[in-house]
Amino acid sequence: MIIAIPVDQKTLESNVYMSFGRAPYFLIYDVETKESTFIDNSAAASTGGAGIKAAQTIVDNKAAALLTPRLGANAAGVLKSAEIKIYKTTAASAKDNIDAFVAGKLSLLDEIHAGFRERGSN
Amino acid sequence: MRIAVLSGKGGTGKTLVTVNLAAVSQESVYMDCDVEEPNGHLFFKPEGVLVEEVSVKVPEVKDELCNGCRKCVDFCNFNALAYVQNKLIVFDEVCHSCGGCILVCPEKALTEKERAIGQIQKGVSDQVSIYTGILNTGEASGVPIVKRLLAEESPEITKPIFIDCPPGSACITMESIKDADYCILVAEPTLFGVHNLNMVYELVRLLDRPFGVVLNKCLDGENPAEKFCLEKNIKILGRIPFENELGILNSDAEIVANKNSRYREMFDSLLSTVIKEVSYAATPDS
Repeated sequence: MIIAIPVDQKTLESNVYMSFGRAPYFLIYDVETKESTFIDNSAAASTGGAGIKAAQTIVDNKAAALLTPRLGANAAGVLKSAEIKIYKTTAASAKDNIDAFVAGKLSLLDEIHAGFRERGSN
Repeated sequence: MRIAVLSGKGGTGKTLVTVNLAAVSQESVYMDCDVEEPNGHLFFKPEGVLVEEVSVKVPEVKDELCNGCRKCVDFCNFNALAYVQNKLIVFDEVCHSCGGCILVCPEKALTEKERAIGQIQKGVSDQVSIYTGILNTGEASGVPIVKRLLAEESPEITKPIFIDCPPGSACITMESIKDADYCILVAEPTLFGVHNLNMVYELVRLLDRPFGVVLNKCLDGENPAEKFCLEKNIKILGRIPFENELGILNSDAEIVANKNSRYREMFDSLLSTVIKEVSYAATPDS
């Protein structure tokens, strides 16, 4: 099973990024092989719709679950269409969250925010 | 004659100035382009209001024609499209209606459909025609509504059009002043007010619109906005005092020029100054 986590830096010890769409990197982690890959989030600098594009990246990397502290409505829409499960991170580091996930200690993220879309200002 | 009233932030007195100028003109049009929070109608209380929906075009996909090439997904600068499990998803609210996805689709799988984003209300209050633009909550851009509002009257119309602009200096303000014959910048007498004045000052210079400043909320003593105008050699069109009576009338949604002769004189004089300035601006090399 492949899981994805938004991260600050390209290490397993990295902190989970505070939000999803504009995270600098994603950690793509294979729970079975314990193989980790870090990918640049091409959506981070988007004019708009970063969550949608970032979610597309997660879908394209064949993740079955996303571990994130928060998530916007549009990104959630993409992930749900792809039947990707969304879990809420609890610890600071990516590694600790992976351990918690494997141990079955993470719960599903039930709070989806409305997003941070520009509001006619640009 | 199109007179646009703008300021770098909300609450400086755009609506106060626009509403009262429209009211003291014999016959005029008041256009509320502040589509996120239009409030000029509260003062005019227009009658016989007609409502027109404003919609934009967004793409609609014919799933049976889509081959999943993702050219549209890659093209969209606003990421309004995603391709998931062999299906294209369109995020209508993120779409900026550029039509690019439809052009790049090699399979002609995308067509346009209408999506309502707000409305225009047209009514009358004495001799003033009141046009109000209203953007639905949550929409990304009110520019299409402003375009529709401005298209309501031909530029050759003889009666003056007073345009109450949205605050700030972003796209929607640019759209609102694009065809203005003259811009009135409303400023507050604080350092923060100067910062906001500078934003719209730079904008009207960039767009090469003739302009002048109305100093609002004037008190005795130093006025940083006035100082800014003197330094930059900007025409000061008028001064509005910071007064209890004016504040109370205005917050009761009264048109101050209709309630107090002193305020009527003030806005009459501002109007004639503005009309003079517009005629100078219209004469080349003057």
